[in-house]
Amino acid sequence: MSTQAHAADHDHDHKPGFVKRWLFSTNHKDIGTLYLIFAMVGGIIGGFLSMGIRAELAEPGMQIFSNPHMFNVFTTAHGLIMVFFMIMPSLFGGFGNWFVPLMIGAPDMAFPRLNNISFWLLPPALGLLVMSLFVEGPSGMNGAGIGWTAYPPHSTSGHPGPAVDFAILSLHLAGASSILSSINFITTIFNMRAPGMTLHKMPLFAWSILVTAFLLLLSLPVLAGAITMLLTDRNFGTTFFDPAGGGDPVLYQHLFWFFGHPEVYVIILPGFGLVSHIISTFSKKPVFGYLPMAYAMVAIGAVGFVVWAHHMYTAGLSLDTQAYFLAATMVIAVPTGIKIFSWIATMWGGSLSFPTPMLFAIGFIFLFTVGGVTGVVLANPGIDRAFHDTVYVVAHFHYTMSIGALFTLFAGWYYWFPKMTGFMYNEALGKLHFWMIFIGVNVTFFPQHFSGMAGMPRRHADYPDALAGWNMVSTIGAWITSAAMAVFFFAMVLAFMRKQKAGDNPWGVGATTLEWTVSSPPPFHTFEKLPKVK
Amino acid sequence: MSSSEHKHHDYHLIDPSPWPIMGAASAFVTAVGAIIWMKSLDDGDGVFGLTGWLPFAIGFTMILVTMFVWWRDVINEAEVEKAHTPVVQIHLRYGMIMFIMSEVMFFVAWFWAYFDVALFPGAGVMGFEAREAVTGGQWPPVAMETDGGYLKGTFDPWGIPLLNTIILLTSGATVTYAHHALLKDDRKGLIWGLALTVILGLTFTGFQVYEYMLASFSFGGHIYGATFFMATGFHGVHVIIGTIFLAVCLYRAIKGHFTAKQHFGFEAAAWYWHFVDVVWLFLFVSIYVWGAGTPIAH
Repeated sequence: MSTQAHAADHDHDHKPGFVKRWLFSTNHKDIGTLYLIFAMVGGIIGGFLSMGIRAELAEPGMQIFSNPHMFNVFTTAHGLIMVFFMIMPSLFGGFGNWFVPLMIGAPDMAFPRLNNISFWLLPPALGLLVMSLFVEGPSGMNGAGIGWTAYPPHSTSGHPGPAVDFAILSLHLAGASSILSSINFITTIFNMRAPGMTLHKMPLFAWSILVTAFLLLLSLPVLAGAITMLLTDRNFGTTFFDPAGGGDPVLYQHLFWFFGHPEVYVIILPGFGLVSHIISTFSKKPVFGYLPMAYAMVAIGAVGFVVWAHHMYTAGLSLDTQAYFLAATMVIAVPTGIKIFSWIATMWGGSLSFPTPMLFAIGFIFLFTVGGVTGVVLANPGIDRAFHDTVYVVAHFHYTMSIGALFTLFAGWYYWFPKMTGFMYNEALGKLHFWMIFIGVNVTFFPQHFSGMAGMPRRHADYPDALAGWNMVSTIGAWITSAAMAVFFFAMVLAFMRKQKAGDNPWGVGATTLEWTVSSPPPFHTFEKLPKVK
Repeated sequence: MSSSEHKHHDYHLIDPSPWPIMGAASAFVTAVGAIIWMKSLDDGDGVFGLTGWLPFAIGFTMILVTMFVWWRDVINEAEVEKAHTPVVQIHLRYGMIMFIMSEVMFFVAWFWAYFDVALFPGAGVMGFEAREAVTGGQWPPVAMETDGGYLKGTFDPWGIPLLNTIILLTSGATVTYAHHALLKDDRKGLIWGLALTVILGLTFTGFQVYEYMLASFSFGGHIYGATFFMATGFHGVHVIIGTIFLAVCLYRAIKGHFTAKQHFGFEAAAWYWHFVDVVWLFLFVSIYVWGAGTPIAH
């Protein structure tokens, strides 16, 4: 790129042309917008896949798939797409890019060009994953039906076709994207805070992105190693995970979950951060226990690295190992409890109002508490013997990292929509969206506690007649959720059509962070004169 | 653009650039090309009717071109535009430190795989019967022919591996010599120090290739060769990357880049080189020395 003659690009209102602005972008807000649009595409694909899963499970017997492998392909793609191409690009990439620089009073990210490749690696990654659906997996069948965990030997000798190779390289690209954006966020947060903003005065959302970035930076390379070993086992005859050559399939599980467990905190921590701001804004009170809230996230991140094998209680770990991972896992309930109670204490005695973002934030607290409690249940190896690989586990992790994270995403979306677009959404439709999706997801997932305890296995396309009742309820819940999403998209289209001006700060005195001091939408370049923080 | 009249800070706002999206497209071509290539091995059918290494080579070349033009821009911004203010240099330091941290975690995966079998070769452990049959329940494993692989013997650590250790440690000293020369504005010393480091790096790689040709164990079919070649192989790739990085610095030093006050490109290369050096020490101690002992069987 020639570097002369672009001084005009940096004038306040002058924006580069379409190609330069959107394809060659070095602007944190534009890249954040790209991430959010991409996440919406990912969410729509992942959502359709989940409807396929629920349609299949509506009744016993095979409903819509010709064979169970296709069902496995759907669950695999649903999981990978929702994690890597919906939640992470929106909460970490999208909101992180938009609001970390604004909240800390920085003019942009530390490495704007690197920021752009972090985004642009994602469409090829999603492309590779979608391609995997249409090439051969097991002999004679298409797609990778390996689960998002991709355990060998099903992901090695079980899938001789190239579908799994496409899925693996998709994860390599998505992982590289996240590592690069993590480096960018950490550098930005450490070095570009406005004068006077010490770490202990930094908004909690920036704290949450900082911790998340460290988790990604230190865990993703281990996943890269693990899936590279899968790749060589598949294509070059190595035996890392094959006992016939001295290998060990449980090694893969260790490597995967050393990444996988921090990953679930990657998914939820940004939500923790932004929910704190939303609760505080609509309680018109500062966050209760700011420092404990910040360090609770640091503690969750740190302890999150040493609990991975609680995903592997049935893999043949020694009793001592299980006892350690039980104890370490329970410890995480402490900082998580600090967060839940501090959110409640923030609301306590506050001047409360309940616009859509606040409803989603409170809805998140409910969902996350339910999921947290079942998490403590599942932390026990003795109980996990019975619950492992049942839909009780599915209910648990959907309450926390799926719909829990999704509710923080919607909370953040409605909270910052006026700031990002300059338009106000329709409050009545927002509330309708909240209540419909709140009912929908609970009707979907709460019964899975019951059917899971009754023995309903996960990753199975068919099940005994005795489990028909709650499965039908779950599927009805999924349809309610789909209808709620239709309301959401209608509300968004309406907001862009009505163009009702939002103003710089539609939320009033409770909204105290720096993003509310700039116009809505913010100018192309913000904080060219650094704000001073007292 | 540092001269923008609106700018009241020392940060570096970068003009829109085509290189990131070009790099991402290159990565996509490389990934698809890699799958086509892997699926063409052993007379495979490839993917989408394509076979062979050419798509991969095209993608990889695109990546190299992207890296060249991208870093050419970075160097221009530092040398010509003087955009790397002190705070921007701090950014670059943080960025490099964290890149190396992620690289360390990448090697954790390889050491984890190695110690998984080296510490637990399976002697008398329930569920590890198949592993014990391959390793003989000891590490290093007994000489063994497996289905699709073999281990006839491990390397003597006090031959080429020790020589390579000395070579790498020496190269760490020469790069430090170059750094001290730069700090004293001794350009000749800088160039000589860097040139020696690059030569030592190439020598290391040469010895490593030679050693690989002498290996009496296979990459496939046996866990010893799998862990050995992946751990030392990825280290070798990093040595080559580090050597190229240092060679670029050598070229820049000859062109008159770097000053005693500002030379982060050089420092980053030196950090990376020390990282590669330390990884080698761990490999040498745990794989070559601690894991030595299976007698050469031929």
